[in-house]
Amino acid sequence: METVSYKKIISKVVVYTLLLLLLGVALIPFLWMLSASLKANKDVFSFPIQWIPHPIVWENYIEIWKKIPLITFILNTMKLTIIITVLQVVTSSLASYGFAKLEFKGRDLLFLCYVSTIAIPWQVYMIPQYLIIQKMNLVDSHWSLIILQAFSAFGVFLMRQFLISIPKELSEAAKIDGLSEFGIFGKIMMPLAKPGLATLTIFTFVTIWNDFMGPLIYLNSTDKKTIQLGLRLFITQFSAEYSLIMAASIVTLVPVLIVFLSLQKYFVEGIATSGLKG
Amino acid sequence: MKAINNKSIKKFLTVCAFILPNFIGLFIFTLLPILFAFVLSVMEWDSANPMTFVGIDNFLRLFKDKTFQIAFMNTIYYVIGTVPITLMASLGLAMVLNSKIKGRNIFRTVFFFPYVASLIAVVVVWNMLFHPDMGPINSMLSFLGVKNLPKWAASVKWAMPTVILFSVWKYMGYYMVMYLAALQGVPKELYEAGDIDGTTKWQRFRYITLPTLTPTTFFVVIMLTIQAFKVFDIIYAMTDGGPGRSTTVLVSYIYAKAFTEFEFGYASAMSIILFAIVLVITIIQFRTEKKWVSYM
Repeated sequence: METVSYKKIISKVVVYTLLLLLLGVALIPFLWMLSASLKANKDVFSFPIQWIPHPIVWENYIEIWKKIPLITFILNTMKLTIIITVLQVVTSSLASYGFAKLEFKGRDLLFLCYVSTIAIPWQVYMIPQYLIIQKMNLVDSHWSLIILQAFSAFGVFLMRQFLISIPKELSEAAKIDGLSEFGIFGKIMMPLAKPGLATLTIFTFVTIWNDFMGPLIYLNSTDKKTIQLGLRLFITQFSAEYSLIMAASIVTLVPVLIVFLSLQKYFVEGIATSGLKG
Repeated sequence: MKAINNKSIKKFLTVCAFILPNFIGLFIFTLLPILFAFVLSVMEWDSANPMTFVGIDNFLRLFKDKTFQIAFMNTIYYVIGTVPITLMASLGLAMVLNSKIKGRNIFRTVFFFPYVASLIAVVVVWNMLFHPDMGPINSMLSFLGVKNLPKWAASVKWAMPTVILFSVWKYMGYYMVMYLAALQGVPKELYEAGDIDGTTKWQRFRYITLPTLTPTTFFVVIMLTIQAFKVFDIIYAMTDGGPGRSTTVLVSYIYAKAFTEFEFGYASAMSIILFAIVLVITIIQFRTEKKWVSYM
């Protein structure tokens, strides 16, 4: 009996030590970033690591706004994130209703087309996409990113997964009550598909906020740049201002952190839906 | 007759109203570009001068292009490095988090956060942590008495391992969530039967958990492999393909050829190679999927 509980304690200790170690690996970069962002530049690399800065240099967080048009970058990113997310959620949910609840010729073939598009890496067609945008004279305009990212096959796929689980009887009953397809879509389906809408919304939000490649290819002028390009610009221009770079990095992470922490169950749901059923 | 016609026209318009807003955009900005990529791959074009047809010349040129070969081998290196390590890390995390421990949700959140965190911000902090002269990692190693400290992302030998390490750190949380979802689906009865037979923890993992997870593992391997073949943003942000060409991967070379040298045809030929690789992996997935699923 004694050996059993002894073994149990050992295994508990092993599990928790392992977890703490892994937790350190996952967290230390962020903690170090936060700590360095509040240090005087010369103290950033002092060893042994001084986790709680002394003195705490709050001024770093004021300084960064003066060094670079950070506010413009943030406003640009917010604008793009909001417009693209709204357009993507609207067009995706409309189309997903078409694929999940309407019957028409060639529906399944068209949907197969959608699914294949998801499987083809964006890197394969980024060049022709650029050439089309160039022809439309939209390079170095926010419109380029908006029209490229507003129509997503993944969004349709994700929303369809949610709609397909809603029983047919509901829409049939509504039809008898005299609701049109649009009525069913707006009054019955969308309220029921709220978890799906939430999942798609935060996935899109985080993707667009963090997007680096899109803006890298399409935006050149400083006043059009997004926060990710802005941070990159900051890093190249002030490469030795370590504490300021860390402060600016923290600023770019905060919005994503807030969205993620408050809505993380939808993230988990999104991965489970897109991953396991796909 | 007319009534039926009106009705079917109305139905058609309804379908259009739902599908078209998305489909038009997807058609112009995704489907057309995909087709166009194939056309471009047999052309020579810098977008200023007229396009000329060159047949398979672009592909023949690829075989002789030293940088392409290096980029290809580096991509293979990255694939071989990231896929097994990410797989083991994410499975390990999921296993630990699936047992009865306090604060499970907090742990899950923390491990997932690197995945949602903006790339540029986490890359810059990594580059500082791994700074060859001043970074805390090397300070620690030198404190522990390690001689010949690795220069990490700044050295030809260590740049790729550093990128791989970073990639594992950033993406393990994502696949962990997939594994956690799959672990919820392992039937409890299997473990109970195992308990009666007096199995050890390792035996339980080896003979019950692992076999039931096979479909998920297979799916994760496929996803990881495809992700690894199309890697670019991590490399661009961390090393920009250097030092030298030590971390130049397939997509870095496509990007450079297209957007700095404007060789759209040649770059598209490389894109088609990437497409072919991903296609082969996807076909393997479809072929073998049935086998794995029937296993359940």
